[in-house]
Amino acid sequence: MINVFGRSLGTPSHLTRLVLLSALSVALMILDHRGHHLEKIRAGLNTLVYPIQVIAAAPAYVGRNIADFFTTRGTLREDNEKLLAERQLLLARLQQFEALEQENERLRQMLISAAQVADKVIAAELVEVSAEPFTRKVVVAKGSQDGVYVGQSVIDAHGIMGQVTQVAGRVSRVTLITDAGHAIPVVNNRSSLRALVFGTGNPDTVRVPYLTANADIKEGDLLVSSGMGGTFPPGYPVARVVKIVSDPDESFLNITAKPSAQLNHGKQVLLVWRGNVSKSGGKNK
Amino acid sequence: MRLGADGRRRMTLTGTFAAAVILAIMPFPTWAEPFRPDWVGLVLIYWCLAIPDRISVGTGWLMGFIQDILYGSLLGSNALAKSLVAFLVVRLHLQVRMFPRWQQAASVLGLLAANQLLVLWIRGAIGQAPETISYWTPSIVGALLWPWLFVILRDLRRRGGIS
Repeated sequence: MINVFGRSLGTPSHLTRLVLLSALSVALMILDHRGHHLEKIRAGLNTLVYPIQVIAAAPAYVGRNIADFFTTRGTLREDNEKLLAERQLLLARLQQFEALEQENERLRQMLISAAQVADKVIAAELVEVSAEPFTRKVVVAKGSQDGVYVGQSVIDAHGIMGQVTQVAGRVSRVTLITDAGHAIPVVNNRSSLRALVFGTGNPDTVRVPYLTANADIKEGDLLVSSGMGGTFPPGYPVARVVKIVSDPDESFLNITAKPSAQLNHGKQVLLVWRGNVSKSGGKNK
Repeated sequence: MRLGADGRRRMTLTGTFAAAVILAIMPFPTWAEPFRPDWVGLVLIYWCLAIPDRISVGTGWLMGFIQDILYGSLLGSNALAKSLVAFLVVRLHLQVRMFPRWQQAASVLGLLAANQLLVLWIRGAIGQAPETISYWTPSIVGALLWPWLFVILRDLRRRGGIS
């Protein structure tokens, strides 16, 4: 080791190391945030840490399997009956749906706007690992090998859950609509009022900011995706308004809504591939 | 199979860090989520306190980086915060070692909070700061757990022959 002024040059001091590593961190953060240059590297790293996620998810997985194993015949029969009844009901509704879809297509043709073809949907299992504290993200066991892409919409049986933000070979990460900073364009199903729904980081509430006191919105209104911006398919339920507070000191209403999708439980999600995207999507309402 | 003294030491270190990482992403019910302490931070603080000549800024950065990948957060954000925590512990290790246990826990609270504050700033800068006061509970839970964790990790260290 070389000694300079009583200090060895062989091993850098803690401060030097901190400064160097901080510079590296800042550089990484800027590359990751600004240019999204690190997508390939991140996909590789995600694949690398996949075994850790599998190990962490293992106890929950085993526990669920044991619980499944001990499900009694009685419960299974009950479930089966319930599901059959539900299926009957859904099939009955579907008959109407097909007629409505055709009617909708005819009407759209009369309006000379591109007809919307039904979206393709596949189911994906959740990998049960926790996200960073106070972020709302989930990991699903489908990746680029299955054709998943960044920006893809994720739904469940009740509404929109979020969008895919990172893709690795076999897994991808979904940012939920409740994640802080996530926004989704919606339209009020009752009044056709357009708005944005923002996540707050809380697990079961979202915000609807930037609406003034004269906006046509009421408690109980259903907000559905508007499809503007092209990320989310239009017409899926997003959230239901639960509380509107009007503070005369503030220029906007303080609106809280509850997501329609069951974001915090359930072990399966649905990935949506857009059908034929309407070309004049921005203009026709 | 018998491990040499060196192998045993390495096993103890990797084992504790691996356990911390797995505990950090282990599934939790949603209501309990805010009470999960920063396991990786706690284990890092312990080792930086015990053997600052071997575990310090570099290890802190690496552990933070692994967290970044696992969490899918902005690459480098946790790495930066963890390397800062490691640096502070290494700087203060002689004083903190002498503290009585409750005072140590108080310093741990400060260190964990500094870590969280840095991450909060970074997340705020990219517009993803959580809007909830319970953001700070993990630091408090971590500090409360410190006296017990300290004893467990000290036993493991002695059994692993690390001094």
